[in-house]
Amino acid sequence: MTQEKNIYSAAGEVGSILEKRTFWTRAKIELSKSPWTARFGLLIIFIYAVLAIFAPIFAPYGEAEVFPEPYAPWSSEHIFGTDQIGRDIFSRMIYGARNTVGIAVATTFLAFLIGGALGLAAAINRSYIDQLLSRAVDVLMAIPSLIFALVLLSIFGSTVINLIIIIAVLDSTRVFRLTRAVAVNVVVMDYVEAAQLRGEGIGWIMRKEILPNIMPPLIAEFGLRFCFVFLTIAALSFLGVGIQPPTADWGSMVRDNASLIMFAQYDLKAGLTPLLPAAAIALLTVAINFVVDWFLHKTSGIRDEQ
Amino acid sequence: MHPVLKTVLGRLGLGLATLFIVSIIIFSAIEMLPGDFGQAILGQAATEETVAAFRRELGLDEPPYIRYLQWVGGAIQGDLGTSFSGRNASGTDRSREVIDLIAPRLWNTLFLASVTAIIAVPVSLFLGITSALYRNSVYDRTINTTTLTTISFPEFFVAYILILLLASLYPIFPSLANVDASTPLNERLYRSALPAFTLTLVIVAHMMRMTRAAIINLLASPYIQMARLSGASQTEVILKHALPNAWAPIATVIAFNLAYLVVGVVVVEVVFVYPGVGQLMVDAVTSRDIPVVQGCALIFAVTYILLNLIADIIGIITNPRLLHPK
Repeated sequence: MTQEKNIYSAAGEVGSILEKRTFWTRAKIELSKSPWTARFGLLIIFIYAVLAIFAPIFAPYGEAEVFPEPYAPWSSEHIFGTDQIGRDIFSRMIYGARNTVGIAVATTFLAFLIGGALGLAAAINRSYIDQLLSRAVDVLMAIPSLIFALVLLSIFGSTVINLIIIIAVLDSTRVFRLTRAVAVNVVVMDYVEAAQLRGEGIGWIMRKEILPNIMPPLIAEFGLRFCFVFLTIAALSFLGVGIQPPTADWGSMVRDNASLIMFAQYDLKAGLTPLLPAAAIALLTVAINFVVDWFLHKTSGIRDEQ
Repeated sequence: MHPVLKTVLGRLGLGLATLFIVSIIIFSAIEMLPGDFGQAILGQAATEETVAAFRRELGLDEPPYIRYLQWVGGAIQGDLGTSFSGRNASGTDRSREVIDLIAPRLWNTLFLASVTAIIAVPVSLFLGITSALYRNSVYDRTINTTTLTTISFPEFFVAYILILLLASLYPIFPSLANVDASTPLNERLYRSALPAFTLTLVIVAHMMRMTRAAIINLLASPYIQMARLSGASQTEVILKHALPNAWAPIATVIAFNLAYLVVGVVVVEVVFVYPGVGQLMVDAVTSRDIPVVQGCALIFAVTYILLNLIADIIGIITNPRLLHPK
């Protein structure tokens, strides 16, 4: 067997091609074909994730550590200076990646759990449950979600848990609509009927028969929903009714340091400080939009240029 | 009955039903407050009698449906109740009518929204239609990337960039848009320039992308191709064939974005300290002044629903298939 190594064998060649590509090989091939915008987006998302997970390692100071000098200028000690009560802005930006992004991710997951499960149930069931849920969603979507969130926050108060639940419920309406719309086309397939006939439960049919077939649009929607949730939470925090101090959060950091902007004539760096957290929000949403754009292009053939 | 009339009436009925349910949801905000909120508002020193009198004034001793009817009846006549703030433990009542708080600010908000709409609608329709017609050109791609980036920006980011450039580094416009009823029109326009500009930038991006998508969708339909193949010129295709079917999507895009404007106005008003309904609502949420929150929410919700309703009705009455039934 050993001396056959150098001999050409057709079976060997076919066999080597048939070798299953691992996930990483496939990812590498896809990436090598991706546009620069998508690569840029993925890189940014990766950096944010690393910063968020290892925030205490990267941040030079603590999240709520107060230094004697408020509104300190940019220096080697405080890279982006300090805020109105003397907390290091650079450290708070890094912790903000953990808090703001973390809360937005949790909210989006919850929204997909609620909206996805109800949407699938409505698509499979198609009875009064479907009618009831769809009409309820119509009404919820008739009120702008920021306004609705403000009303609910004024009733229940601004805590992180309330914030997550309120935004998740309001946002699950759109997930419900999408899930129901794509699942309705899959539910009528023969293999779903076959599963029903062999007596599988509704949970099995949801997870094993329908979900794998509606995954691509849902993943793309996850990215877009995340952006929307992220911007809503940032807006609410900016308005002072979202994430409450002393938790470091990008939205409220912009508000706290906003007055510095008028000093831009004398010290441009100081004027730029309030823009940094806002730019951090914008950069992440741009990155996600780029990746989602590429993903949609690849999976669903939603191509407006033909 | 004519099919157009029938569809319009159906849509109107649906809109009224939505309004009814939305008003119930906003009304029940006060139901969901914890039982001791009277104490919380009037302060710890409030006696039981004062709290009881306060609850009686809100009508909490009556069944909810009667209170709902009174609330809606009042709201239609412009009476939205009295604010929670300005009350204290001794029972003296310096609170103000919600409608007096809202009315002057509503005018300011409407002013800002209309100025924005007057600039944004023609600009975005022009950009959307031209980029759809010349799609994949450098022009189209530039506009596309720019708008995709702008959409990803939070409103306050755009607002502060404009403040940094146009109010701080090059002080052309004021960064605070403090207007009141006595401000003359040109002064008012000057002071609200930056908020209007911010809203325009945000909304043009959305509106332009939606217009572009709607037009491309339309131009890809088989009957347009048929018209092209039968030798119609580009102008003829657009004016005679595409436009009649385009009114509905364009009206939807405009109304959807004006409705979006209603929400976007909240953040922008806070950034520029513009005395509008949005800022009032945020302040009321912070101080948990429920009657004011309810009043503002009702105004925002009604505007939003009405705009969507108008868009749908324009879509129905310009639909060639419904106008010329077989």
